Amino acid sequence: MLKIENLHVKLEEEDKQILKGLSLEVPAGEVHAIMGPNGSGKSTLSYVLSGKDGYEVTDGTATLEGNDLLDLEAEERAAAGLFLAFQYPVEIPGVGNMTFLRTAVNAQRKARGEEEMSAAEFLKVIRAKAKDLKIDADMLKRPVNVGFSGGEKKRNEILQMAMLEPKMCILDETDSGLDVDAMKLVSDGVNALRDPNRAFLVITHYQRLLDHIVPDVVHIMAGGKIVKSGGPELALEVEKNGYADLMESA
Amino acid sequence: MADDTMVAKEGVEQETVDAVKSLGDKYKYGWETDIEMEYAPKGLTEDIVRLISQKNDEPEWMTEWRLSAYRRWLQMEEPDWAMVEYPEINFQDQYYYARPKSMETKPKSLDEVDPKLLATYEKLGIPLKEQMILAGVEGAGEVPADGDNSERKVAVDAVFDSVSVGTTFKKELEQAGVIFCSISEAIREHPELVKKYLGSVVPPTDNFYATLNSAVFSDGSFVYIPPGVRCPMELSTYFRINAENTGQFERTLIIADKEAYVSYLEGCTAPQRDTAQLHAAVVEIVILDDAEVKYSTVQNWFPGDEEGKGGIFNFVTKRADCRGDRSKVMWTQVETGSAVTWKYPSCVLRGDESQGEFYSIAITNNMQQADTGTKMTHLGKNTRSRIVSKGISAGKSNNTYRGLVSMHPKATNSRNYTQCDSLLIGDQCGAHTVPYIEVKNPSSRVEHEATTSKVDDDQMFYCRQRGMDEEEAVALIVNGFAKEVLQALPMEFAMEAQQLVAISLEGSVG
Repeated sequence: MLKIENLHVKLEEEDKQILKGLSLEVPAGEVHAIMGPNGSGKSTLSYVLSGKDGYEVTDGTATLEGNDLLDLEAEERAAAGLFLAFQYPVEIPGVGNMTFLRTAVNAQRKARGEEEMSAAEFLKVIRAKAKDLKIDADMLKRPVNVGFSGGEKKRNEILQMAMLEPKMCILDETDSGLDVDAMKLVSDGVNALRDPNRAFLVITHYQRLLDHIVPDVVHIMAGGKIVKSGGPELALEVEKNGYADLMESA
Repeated sequence: MADDTMVAKEGVEQETVDAVKSLGDKYKYGWETDIEMEYAPKGLTEDIVRLISQKNDEPEWMTEWRLSAYRRWLQMEEPDWAMVEYPEINFQDQYYYARPKSMETKPKSLDEVDPKLLATYEKLGIPLKEQMILAGVEGAGEVPADGDNSERKVAVDAVFDSVSVGTTFKKELEQAGVIFCSISEAIREHPELVKKYLGSVVPPTDNFYATLNSAVFSDGSFVYIPPGVRCPMELSTYFRINAENTGQFERTLIIADKEAYVSYLEGCTAPQRDTAQLHAAVVEIVILDDAEVKYSTVQNWFPGDEEGKGGIFNFVTKRADCRGDRSKVMWTQVETGSAVTWKYPSCVLRGDESQGEFYSIAITNNMQQADTGTKMTHLGKNTRSRIVSKGISAGKSNNTYRGLVSMHPKATNSRNYTQCDSLLIGDQCGAHTVPYIEVKNPSSRVEHEATTSKVDDDQMFYCRQRGMDEEEAVALIVNGFAKEVLQALPMEFAMEAQQLVAISLEGSVG
């Protein structure tokens, strides 16, 4: 599904290399986790893959189902099936949550040459999906993320993911700011979307999210590249010993 | 609520939406209709003023009224305090009267109207010919504007350059006792009303442009709602400038007698051209005891090209006089067009407990300049006013909110609330807020809040990551910013306004 080879990325504004030869492959149907200390480049990876401005790819490739991602505009990557659940979801005052999502769904459909979703159909689908995430009607109508609690914002990200039905989902520290109950709700939402035709890349600091969203593979990232990969047990090892050992051994 | 409304709208008004969409990209109304025009010679003299009066078959008193305004105008100076710059206007190089030749004898019904004219309206998306009910709005019962479930209708009084072409729905309005006609017809048919109210809100000596208008206004609309009558439909005038170099000097007079109600829509478009066009309209509204008037404008005149060439100069005087106790006026405007906008729809709150509201969206892009706002003059006791202004600047444009709130000594226990928000797109535009506040009694209260923000990169990226392209994202963010005002518009206008917001900001990002 997602294939990254030897990716080198620097900040556009300053001459600072963030990713230094990162390679990674996430096959369809699998959940991969990336763990790593602060400053290792985890969030940069998610931004570069999704097309945020401000980064320059100096070397390497990233493809989604064989198509070059780095050549596409952010919205084209979204239409191609890439979704990023933001660490800090952005507020958009005055724009109803539902209006936002319907605009997004139809923009993607249009880009793919599909028919737009009718208002009635959209309402039906979103109500069902919102219910699973315990998102009430009021939250659907409120302006996007404005006045949402930390937990509400993250649940809203998962709702968007469920509505947009992406092929490749990147979750950037989705567990940050969540209490135990919210973490469970969000994880259940993600697990419900696991599918043989969909892949996940879960970026997290902490092992505890991986108790709920059990990964197939865990990667440890440090200094702008993957330094070690293994099964779910690797996360437990990190939790116990910290990153220091791994980074030394790398 | 907002989202459900949105969905209902889309189902109901597909026709309107399609009409707007089909008009395409960039400036949509950049064409001219080839209809033979009859012009008066260029320039302004007493003879021209007399000619205009004569062409409209006006009585002597009206001719004199115009002439006295003209003489006054000669002594006035063009105001220069607004934050707008434009080349000097040569007032002697303008046509002050033009009309389609085929209109020399006025048609009895729309069947007799020049088909080209009707085609013009069709291009504008006004379903005047077949469905004179503008944007039929059936099923709108789900979201009635005023708790009224009856089928909503809109009557159109279309102004083609200087002559009112056809007024629809006259019969039904007549049954209700409502008078809705061109002002020239009103001068002939209802002189007692015109004499009593014309110039009573905006006196012929009011300001340079209003005085000019008083001398040369060619046509416009007249509305009278008798006591206790709720106007059975929304009234609408579509303005359109078509002839090269023809200044438009429309005059609108609306009178809501005691306990009357009317909602009035004004929409403007103009074709693309090279030489700048002068426009100086006057709108006067008189509101008596317990009456209410809503006046909504969507202004989409040609703003000039990317260098600012060829746009409309728009100097407008609009004022409502809440003359009666408990009377109420609501101005809602969406200003997206014109090269230069100079416009301050105002409320004189004369009656006790009268209320004035002003909701405004002003969008400037490229080289556009807008200096717009309102005046709330509190004269009566316990009067209330509310101002919500949303300025959006993009490109190299300049957008100024200028507002006066004045509490006179007798306006005890009065309140004003003002909210001015500015949104900047890009780093070459300007937003300015110039509030003037005068409070001359101790029991009144004035509140003013102002914010300035930018469409930020994080919001843009968030929208784009979800699949929207840059223009969709900007339109969404801006419509969100302006939502309070969009919600104040009548439904069919709100949809068009949303589209206009998107269109007028095209090319403002990236």
